[in-house]
Amino acid sequence: MLATRIIPCLDVKDGRVVKGVNFVDLVDAGDPVAQAKIYDAAGADELTFLDITASSDNRNILFDVVSKTAEQCFMPLTVGGGVRDADDVRALLQAGADKVSINTAAVLNPDVIRVLAEQFGSQCIVVAIDAKKIATSGWQIFTHGGRTATGIDAVAFARQATALGAGEILLTSMDKDGAKTGYDIALTRAVSDAVRVPVIASGGVGTLDDLVAGVRDGHASAVLAASIFHYGNYSIAEAKQHMAANGIKVRL
Amino acid sequence: MAERLALIDYGSGNLRSVAKALERAAIDANLTIAVEVTNNAAIIATADRIVLPGVGAFGHCAAALRSLPGVWDVLATRVQTEAKPFLGICVGMQLMATRGLEHGEHKGLDCIAGDVVLLAPGDTALKVPHMGWNTLACVQSHTILNGLPDKSMAYFVHSFVYTPVDKNDVYLTTDYSQTITAMIARDTMIGTQFHPEKSQGFGLAFLQNFLKWKP
Repeated sequence: MLATRIIPCLDVKDGRVVKGVNFVDLVDAGDPVAQAKIYDAAGADELTFLDITASSDNRNILFDVVSKTAEQCFMPLTVGGGVRDADDVRALLQAGADKVSINTAAVLNPDVIRVLAEQFGSQCIVVAIDAKKIATSGWQIFTHGGRTATGIDAVAFARQATALGAGEILLTSMDKDGAKTGYDIALTRAVSDAVRVPVIASGGVGTLDDLVAGVRDGHASAVLAASIFHYGNYSIAEAKQHMAANGIKVRL
Repeated sequence: MAERLALIDYGSGNLRSVAKALERAAIDANLTIAVEVTNNAAIIATADRIVLPGVGAFGHCAAALRSLPGVWDVLATRVQTEAKPFLGICVGMQLMATRGLEHGEHKGLDCIAGDVVLLAPGDTALKVPHMGWNTLACVQSHTILNGLPDKSMAYFVHSFVYTPVDKNDVYLTTDYSQTITAMIARDTMIGTQFHPEKSQGFGLAFLQNFLKWKP
């Protein structure tokens, strides 16, 4: 039986981890490679780097981080942030990423999903959807780090993205992100049930019960979290044990 | 003289991960092996071991491999006639089949007769691709599995599955509401649907066994 994946996410800016694990014995807490190795040793099922570097000038630093991580961590690595076209995807894959997540560029021009999936295979094209609940009904997609409203329905876009060849959806609730009150379960469930590909729940985890709810109630195939792991509230092992105790198959 | 391993570069995906994992496995096994990432038929023809990685669509990968001058033929000769140890990973394993039925019908290397067909889990609520860590079940023993615990978990990401004609070629399977071929083998050929280079400790131990393998 396939195990539910637990995916820690590292936010990286100019080659440095913005939110990192507070380990006292870590010499350089801002080194993404060192952080990746900690998660690798801790039994994380995958790792995600989200590059939030504002300037494209510093793009080469990210490639260097990915390449050093891939030399030392033998686990699946997804990289996202600022990915626009086939050249960006190729450079990240060559550096050692296994999957690349694409967000704004896919929303602005969905056909780019088809182009990338045909060239690199659906298995490595993750479409990241940032959604906010709207008053009338449903959820709307926001781009540019949640600042720009698009008027596009999140569930409809998830269907379109997978029809075009997305191999996975990384779904973040902008309402819940950082709130630590749990995933937006209704959103997660609506998208998970609408598409055949795996959906990663993201945004809002505060407790280990939130991870359980994302899978059990939200029907997510994988759960992503940043803060609860970064700040050492819980370890990957504790998260897995809690999920297992709640009847969810995990890799212990 | 150090052994030479040819890791075939046909423009498919995560080559660097595979190269780094092989290098690490060689160090861990105290082996001196030069991993050469190559698309050159002459280098492949003289290598002691061959690894064919691969991610993406079968037809696209088969066409990319065929576009490299001489590589398709040298693979067939080197692996099947001269019996050099060979490892195909994911689509690299699927290319060992007779045919791939992903987006049309495409010819494979036909190392181990069989077809590559779309996953059709009995439980239709299950997601495709089959993506993540799944448990390996050993259906028959093989030297390359020596010392590896049964029921180990490995990382998969695929939507198509290899169905060999002769079930005696299957050594590992995994369950996804259908039985998925996880490792096939015959003579000096090994193919894994899972990604050893992404399967942490288990994967590195598996690669060590492949590097040590003297069939």
